Amino acid sequence: MSSFWSIWITVLTLGTLIGCYLLLRWCLKNFAGVEEGASMGHEFDGIEELNNPLPKWWSTFFLITIIWGFGYLLMYPGLGSWQGLFGWSSSNQDVTSLEDSRAKAEYAKANGLIVEYDMEVKAADEKFGPIFNNFASFSVEDIAAAKNEEIDFEINDNLTAAQKNLVDRKEALKVGQRLFLQNCAQCHGSDARGTTGFPNLADKDWLYGGTPEDIKHTLLYGRVANGMIAWETMVGGDQGVKDVAAYVLSLSGREAKDGNVEAGQAKFAMCAACHGAEGQGSVEMGIALGAPRLNDNIWLYGGSERAVQDSIRYGRAGVMPAWKDILGEQKIHVISAYVYSLSQD
Amino acid sequence: MTQNDTSAVDYNFDVVRQFTVMTVIWGIVGTLVGVIIAAQLIWPALNFDTPWLTYSRLRPLHTNAVIFAFGTSALFATSYYVVQRTCKTTLFGGSLASFTFWGWQAVIVLAAITLPLGYTSSKEYAELEWPIDILIAVVWVAYAIVFFGTLVKRKTSHIYVANWFFGGFIITVAVLHIGNSMAIPVSMMKSYSLYSGAIDAMMQWWYGHNAVGFLLTAGFLGMMYYFVPKQAERPVYSYRLSIVHFWALVSLYIWAGPHHLHYTALPDWAQSVGMVMSVVLFLPSWGGMINGIMTLSGAWHKLRHDPILRFLIVSLSFYGMSTFEGPMMAIKSVNALSHYTDWTIGHVHSGALGWVAMVSIGAMYHLIPVLFGQGRMYSVKLINVHFWMHTAGIVLYIVAMWISGVMQGLMWRAVNTDGTLTYSFVESLTASYPFYFMRFLGGVLVVAGFLLMAYNMFKTIAAEDGSLKRVEQA
Repeated sequence: MSSFWSIWITVLTLGTLIGCYLLLRWCLKNFAGVEEGASMGHEFDGIEELNNPLPKWWSTFFLITIIWGFGYLLMYPGLGSWQGLFGWSSSNQDVTSLEDSRAKAEYAKANGLIVEYDMEVKAADEKFGPIFNNFASFSVEDIAAAKNEEIDFEINDNLTAAQKNLVDRKEALKVGQRLFLQNCAQCHGSDARGTTGFPNLADKDWLYGGTPEDIKHTLLYGRVANGMIAWETMVGGDQGVKDVAAYVLSLSGREAKDGNVEAGQAKFAMCAACHGAEGQGSVEMGIALGAPRLNDNIWLYGGSERAVQDSIRYGRAGVMPAWKDILGEQKIHVISAYVYSLSQD
Repeated sequence: MTQNDTSAVDYNFDVVRQFTVMTVIWGIVGTLVGVIIAAQLIWPALNFDTPWLTYSRLRPLHTNAVIFAFGTSALFATSYYVVQRTCKTTLFGGSLASFTFWGWQAVIVLAAITLPLGYTSSKEYAELEWPIDILIAVVWVAYAIVFFGTLVKRKTSHIYVANWFFGGFIITVAVLHIGNSMAIPVSMMKSYSLYSGAIDAMMQWWYGHNAVGFLLTAGFLGMMYYFVPKQAERPVYSYRLSIVHFWALVSLYIWAGPHHLHYTALPDWAQSVGMVMSVVLFLPSWGGMINGIMTLSGAWHKLRHDPILRFLIVSLSFYGMSTFEGPMMAIKSVNALSHYTDWTIGHVHSGALGWVAMVSIGAMYHLIPVLFGQGRMYSVKLINVHFWMHTAGIVLYIVAMWISGVMQGLMWRAVNTDGTLTYSFVESLTASYPFYFMRFLGGVLVVAGFLLMAYNMFKTIAAEDGSLKRVEQA
C-alpha cells in the first residue's frame, strides 16, 4: 500500500471516530437555548420536540464503543499499512503461487509473525499428523482388507498388537471414506457410483487402472483425457459418425437404428489405436490413456445411440484434478485405500 | 394538537395516494414470492422444471420486490407526504412527482419481467441490467429534485428531523446505486462490472450494506419520526438525541460493508475497519429506537386501544433487536459461526418483516384514511387481526432461522478426532428441513396479513367520503 493510501485510510477512519466523539460531547451539553425537558419551540404539522438530555447509559455505552474502536485499531491491522501491535494477520494475503505461499509461510515462521491461517494449519498438522503417520504405515491393500474383517473383541487399553492393528486399519478406512465424502463425492457421488462424465469407482471397470498404485497416482497427479477429439470430419461426416456408432454398439451386442456396422468396422481402425482392436480399452492394452473399454456396455458419457454418436461427433475431455497439493500424500493414501476397497469383494 | 388539517395548503396528495396503494399491492407480491421460494426449499419440485420459476431466478425477484417495490414505494409515499406537511408547502417540480411514480413502477415491472427471464448482473440487490439501472438513476434524480426543491421552498424556519433522514437516504442511495452499477454493456441485456475481483466484492457490499443502512434504516427512521409522534400525539422525546444519532448513524453506516466479506480475499485492514465501524454503530442505531419509544412516555395506555400504534412501537422493538444483532454478527469471531448460515436470513427478516414492514404498515394505516377523506380505516378490528398475524409470522420465521442458522454453523465446523469434518453438507441441509417448514408457515401468516390489509384498504377507499368517523378513546 502506498503511503498516500495509508494516510488517506488512517485520516478518514480516525476522523470518523473522533468526529463521533466530538458530536457526542457537544450534544451532552444543553446548547438548545431552552431548559432541559422543555419544548424546543418549533412545531411541524403539530409535532413538537422536547429538549431532553441524552440517556446516561446510552452516552456512556457509546463512548465505550468508541474507545474500544481506537483500541482495536491499535492492536490489529486497520489503519492503512499499520500492522497493529499484535503483529497479527489472517493469512499471507498477497501470495500469487503455491511456491510464494510456502516461502511466505517460512518467512512468517522464522520472524515470529502471527499468521492465523498458517498457525491453524500448523496446529492441525501437529494434532492430526501422528494419526495419519500411523495410517501411512499400512499398505493400501491392508487398509482395504479391513473391510471384511470383524472386530470381535472389546476395545480397551490392553489390546494385542494384532488387535490394535485391525482397529487402526478399520479406523483408517473410515477416515478414508469421510475424506472421500468431503472431497470426492461432489463429482463421483456419495456412493462413489459416479454419474454421466464421472466414472463409477465401485465397479471393476477402470480408465487408468485399478491397482493401489494406479489409484494413488490418479489421485496425486490427476488425469487428463485429451485423446477423444471431435471425429466427425475424420470418419466421413454425419454418416460416418452413425456407422462407427453402430459398430461400437455392436461390440457389446447391441443393434443401432442408424448406421451400417460393416462400414463402421472399417473406420474403427482409427479408434483401435487407443481403444484396442476389439474395443477392449487402454487399460487392457497396458497404456494409461484413459480410453474406455467399449465392449462392456458401461458408458461414461451415456450409452444411448445418440450419446455414443455425440461422443464421436464432438469428442469428450474428462479431467481429474491433481490432489497432491490440496490434500497431501497421507490423506490421499487413506482415500486410495477406501476407493480400492470399493472394488474388492 | 392539530388534527390532519389539509385545508391551509393545496398539497399534492395524488402521488402520495398512488404510492400508498402500490405499497400494499407490492407488499403482497413481494412476500408471496418469498413464500413460494420458501416452499421450494422444502419441496424442490415446485419449480415445475420451468426455468423462470426456479429458485435462482425467483429469489432476486423476491428481494427486489420487497426492497424496491414495497419498501421504496412506502418511502416515496411517506416522504412526499411528510415533506409537504412539515414544510407547509406543496411538492416542488409540478408533474415531476408524477414522473417518479410512473418511472418507478416501470422499473418494478421491468424487474418482474427480466429477473425471471434470467437477465442479471449477478450483484445481490443490484441484479437489474444496465438499461434499467439508467432508468433507476433518472427516476432517483427526479425524486431528489422534488424532495429537496420542496425543502428549499418550505414555509417553516427549521427542517424537521424526519426530513434529515429522508434527505440522507435519497442522496446516499443515488451515490450507492450509481457507484456500484458502473458497468460496460456488451449487449442490450448484458454488461460486465467496471470493477474486478476483491474490489468488485467490496463495491458490491459497500452498496449492499448501505442499501440496508440508508434505504431500509435511515429512510424508515424518517418515516418513524413523523408517524410515531403523530399517531401517539406526543412530542418527540429528545431533539439533541436526534442530532447525535442522525450524524453518527450516517457517518458510521457507510463504513460497515466489509463485514459481509470477513475471512475472504478482502485485505485485513478493510475487514478490521468494517468491523470496528459496525460495532460503534450499535448505539447510534439505538438512538432512533429510544427517541421513538420514549416519545410514547405518558401515552402508553394508547397501546391498549390503537393497533396502528402497536405496529409502530413493535416495529421499533424489532429495529432495536436487529440493530443489536447486526453489530454482534459483524464481530469476526461471531461471524465465523454465523456467516453463510440461516442466521443471516433470520437477521435480515427481523429487520425487513419486523422493522421495515411493520413501520410501513403502521404508517399506511395512518395515511390511508387521511388521503381518502376518512376519519379511520374501514375496520380497526382487522388492523388488530393483521397485527397479531404479522407478529406471529415474524416470530415463527426468526426463531426458525436462528435455530437452523446456529445448528448449521455448529455442524459445519464440527470435526472428528482425526481432523475430518463430522458432517457432510447434505446432512446439515437435511437437519434444516423442519425449520424451513416453520419459516414457510411464518411467511404464510405474513402474506395472509397483507391480504387482509388490502381488503381493509379498498373498503376504506370505496366508502362514502367522510362516512368512517374517528373513534375517540378515553
